[in-house]
Amino acid sequence: MSHPLLEIRNLHKSFTLHLIDGREITPVRDVNLSVAAGEHLLIYGRSGMGKTSILKCIYRTYLPTSGQIWFDSHQFGRIDLSRAAESVILSLREREIGFCSQFLRVLPRVSALDTLCEPLYRQGMDRATAQEIGREWLQRLGISPALWQASPLTFSGGEQQRINLGRAFIARPRLLLLDEPTASLDEATKQVVIAMIRAAQAEGTAIISVSHDLAGLGAHATRQWTFA
Amino acid sequence: MIDDWILRVEQLSKHFGPTCPDCRRLTGPDTGRSQCPRCGTVWACVEANLQLNAGEVLGIVGESGSGKSTLLQMIYLALRPDSGHIWYRDNGGPPRDLTTLDRYEARLFRNTKLGIVYQRPELGLNMRFSVGGNVAEKLLLAEWRHFGRIRARTAELMVKTELPPERIDDEPPTFSGGMLQRVQIAKALASRPSLLLLDEITSGLDVSVQARVLDLLRRIQWEDRITMLLVSHDLGVVRQLARRTIVMKNGHIVEAGLTDQILEDPQHPYTQLLVSSAL
Repeated sequence: MSHPLLEIRNLHKSFTLHLIDGREITPVRDVNLSVAAGEHLLIYGRSGMGKTSILKCIYRTYLPTSGQIWFDSHQFGRIDLSRAAESVILSLREREIGFCSQFLRVLPRVSALDTLCEPLYRQGMDRATAQEIGREWLQRLGISPALWQASPLTFSGGEQQRINLGRAFIARPRLLLLDEPTASLDEATKQVVIAMIRAAQAEGTAIISVSHDLAGLGAHATRQWTFA
Repeated sequence: MIDDWILRVEQLSKHFGPTCPDCRRLTGPDTGRSQCPRCGTVWACVEANLQLNAGEVLGIVGESGSGKSTLLQMIYLALRPDSGHIWYRDNGGPPRDLTTLDRYEARLFRNTKLGIVYQRPELGLNMRFSVGGNVAEKLLLAEWRHFGRIRARTAELMVKTELPPERIDDEPPTFSGGMLQRVQIAKALASRPSLLLLDEITSGLDVSVQARVLDLLRRIQWEDRITMLLVSHDLGVVRQLARRTIVMKNGHIVEAGLTDQILEDPQHPYTQLLVSSAL
């Protein structure tokens, strides 16, 4: 196995709920895992166990309570994501780390094409080039051209999920974090998504997914890790 | 890109009143008060630190009286701080401490490098001047002297802010609330400032009008990569525009972080209350 792109050591995440008597809950305790370029690690476990919390700690939507998350960055070298400056995290999100959440949260007045292209605009790509790439992705994701100028919030759940996935893949990050990527997808679309994941892997992207889909997505993962 | 800061605020403080030895102990987020119960001094902003990187939008949230606008007014050089520094630099050049500028220098700096948009248009606009007059006022103070160029720049800004350029000679009271905000934005952008300060700009507007103003700002931010400091009590507004956010309460910054982290994993009790109170 090559040098890991991401290495998590003794990760803990607690939440202090100040509005409920300051009580503390700790969904993530002493997690250690690593993933190398081109690998797909699937995290499996019961709902509510904290699988998504691990992804959000890596993406820094959650602040890790303790432990380290070492990432081998092109821009910054080996860096601990749990302590990196916000500007560093924002730059990594633009160029190296993609995240697909379980639900699409976007502005209702922005077209599907622009929503999909946003990560490319953020990288400074000109609109025409970005939209050309965006249209290719929309086609690959099976979104009808009639919908490209509509807001994805008017789409069905499965179509929204495809836009959400497209946003994570389009910037070709080195690390992709996918939260239930195949939930709410029909069998044919699921196969498209699995093919996308395999193509990204072949290009050297490391993938961590959280999923219950052991038979479908799990069959294509390099490794499975049961979080209990 | 990472250390490409244009504004750095260090330990910036402002109080109004005589102060007493117990002031600091009796005020602040832990006490829930900004005003000292002994001497009546209001501690509007206490030892604020922040950094703005070129091209980013930083949100400042907090309830009324938390010190957001005081902080903004000090950065706009309209209010002199009691202590602290406001460092500014252009394109990685040598930093200048804006708190040391004299009145003339501060006015020139404000009119060339800064733009501001207020919640109430009458604060940002001279209501008796036409749109053209308002933009010209800002440009004249920024030492523009060519009438034709000022007029052409105004027309260009009206198109940019989605205002009909044929209304260049109309006075502000003849415009709707949303249009007035766009006139303010046009005036604020007139001298191509490095930093745009936005103070509760969508409060009091209808939802659809709010959306249009926010969309306009988002487009301007995309196109011009202008740095913005966005003050709002509305987390929804901040979520739409800012990728980093600071939270203020009783004159103090109680939390700072990535906007998604502030919203999904707020650390401070007050931030948790603020997030849980969002509609």
